[in-house]
Amino acid sequence: MSPENMSDNIQNYISDFDQLKNDDWFSESRQSALNLFKETGFPNSRLENWKYTDVRPIKKKSFSNVTETAVSISTDEINAVRFDGLDCIEVVFINGVFSKEHSSLEGLDKGLVVENMLDALSNDQVLLAKHLTKYADDKVSPFTALNTAFIQNGTFIKVSANTVIEKPINILYLAKDSNGSLATHPRNLIVMGENSEATVIESYIGLDDANYFTNAVTEVALSPSAILKHYKIQQESLNAYHIGNLNVMQGKDSKLESHSISLGGALVRNDIHGQLAAEGAEIIMNGLYMTGDKQHVDNHTRVDHLKPRTLSTENYRGVLNGKSRAVFNGKVIVHKDAQKIEAHQNNANLLLSDDAEIDTKPELEIYADDVKCTHGATVGQLDQNMLFYLRSRAIDEETARSLLTYAFADELISNISFAPIRNRLERLVIGQLPDAALIREFTNEQT
Amino acid sequence: MLDIQDLHAKIGDKAILKGLNLNVKAGEVHAIMGPNGSGKSTLANVLAGRDGYEVTKGSVSYEGNDLLELAPEERAWAGVFLAFQYPVEIPGVNNVYLLKAAVNAVRKYRGESELDAVEFLGLIKEKMKIVKMKEDLLNRSVNEGFSGGEKKRNEIFQMSVLEPKLAILDETDSGLDIDALKIVSEGVNSLRNEERSIILVTHYQRLLDYIKPDHVHVLSNGKIIKSGGPELALELEEKGYDWIKEEAA
Repeated sequence: MSPENMSDNIQNYISDFDQLKNDDWFSESRQSALNLFKETGFPNSRLENWKYTDVRPIKKKSFSNVTETAVSISTDEINAVRFDGLDCIEVVFINGVFSKEHSSLEGLDKGLVVENMLDALSNDQVLLAKHLTKYADDKVSPFTALNTAFIQNGTFIKVSANTVIEKPINILYLAKDSNGSLATHPRNLIVMGENSEATVIESYIGLDDANYFTNAVTEVALSPSAILKHYKIQQESLNAYHIGNLNVMQGKDSKLESHSISLGGALVRNDIHGQLAAEGAEIIMNGLYMTGDKQHVDNHTRVDHLKPRTLSTENYRGVLNGKSRAVFNGKVIVHKDAQKIEAHQNNANLLLSDDAEIDTKPELEIYADDVKCTHGATVGQLDQNMLFYLRSRAIDEETARSLLTYAFADELISNISFAPIRNRLERLVIGQLPDAALIREFTNEQT
Repeated sequence: MLDIQDLHAKIGDKAILKGLNLNVKAGEVHAIMGPNGSGKSTLANVLAGRDGYEVTKGSVSYEGNDLLELAPEERAWAGVFLAFQYPVEIPGVNNVYLLKAAVNAVRKYRGESELDAVEFLGLIKEKMKIVKMKEDLLNRSVNEGFSGGEKKRNEIFQMSVLEPKLAILDETDSGLDIDALKIVSEGVNSLRNEERSIILVTHYQRLLDYIKPDHVHVLSNGKIIKSGGPELALELEEKGYDWIKEEAA
């Protein structure tokens, strides 16, 4: 262990680990993950992968990994963050702990399992032994190792072969009254059988403005021809830290559609890693980040085209205001012999203030010769022609600016085919704008 | 209504308007014609208040007030309307809601009560017929995916709903086939009245077959070099612009 890593807070994680220790078949894996974390400590910005994101605020603070008292959250508070009129299967966690009371897991379709990870560890040992930790690599990120060491709560979803789950599965991670010192490590595992289909929404929502730390990891296994639509909505408290990892292993002709919306958090890092491990596998990654004040939001994605005829399409958009800073790093690796693949990537950014900053970096590594790859990144201000057009139509400048900002962000959202999700996201995006009330009536939402 | 005196304007370091004079009275239709690069669109844009044009000399008085002092939206509130040569597509901004906000912004400025949804729909139903505007276009994002003709029709539709005092049509005829040209012209003609002034900026005479101007002006190298009645347009159609340029020189 290097001296740098011997700081108290690492000690803190270790003692919490000992306190939480539970003896089950997974204990050994937890222990080796903790050992790995002890060795590496938190990443520093000398590492290429963490060059633009300084995690010292997380490192310096002594978070508690043990949720002491149960915080009660009223149904009204939950309703406020629910999707209007969306009939869904709901899994609710409060300060990292599964809330049976607020979840609705009864009467699930045949072929569907949704349960708290703690229950799954005892109920579905064989399946978990096969999948858990197999797609998210503890060695790649110390945060993943830390998460693995603390695997307790989280959501386990299994969809059987040839099963289509119509109702979205809505996972709410809610934070409230965390006294500014709580670290949670939600771990999700989604196993999709052959030719199955499901929609999963992961929401991370701060109900107050506390300073807490969410360190989430989601692993997804897609069997051949499985389709998963995955939404991640990050609305943490503006003082919270959020590290999130989505790792996907894709079989033949499977399809993952990922929508990642990042609105909250003081310091945020989202990682997505897709492995297109068989022919015909397709991944779509859409992302929207809207930042203000001194927020820092980093989106890293990586796609490995491991086999021929795989397809990846990535579209990320950012709207930056205040003194905020965002990072986009999209890596595409086309492995040897992965011929006839297609990879398209785009990152567009709108800077609304002079002090906002974006580092955008597409990375392509190609080891095959018959491929079709495109990438592009833009950083700009509002379109002057559009602005003038609106003003010439009697719209005052401020409203026109808000409206165009919304329209820029909405290009991503408006493609979401599922109306309840699209509508809620559009409302969230509008809510981020200065003249929310003024522009609400302009949007297509109400027509 | 509009009095332009010795107007000089430049884009960057390039002088475009070089001493333009024009007086438009209420109820008149003026056609500004001229070859490419003569400054026609610059004039339209300067009048509507687009950024990037610097007025270096001269004045523009609109209803006795200094038009150049006003922001684009203030000009719109005061009754100035520019029909764009290239109407902008604005994805995510609904056509109808934009128009309703525009109408109400103007009404508010005039001290009139704002229209509610029902009153507004009543208003636009009428106007839609004039330019044969299809309802599904109305509910789309502003100009998004519209054909060239549909965009121009949308401009005239907006104009008919907003009922401006001074309408400036910048090359509204360009890119229109004959049927669309007729529809657009009918729309414009239906708006003609004693209080409303219209400035038609155009390269070709054919628009003037359908909208008969009271005055025709030839703009060349940033100045109006010849003015006359509708017959001037016909002469231009026949002989081109060169003879006037020579005459002016």
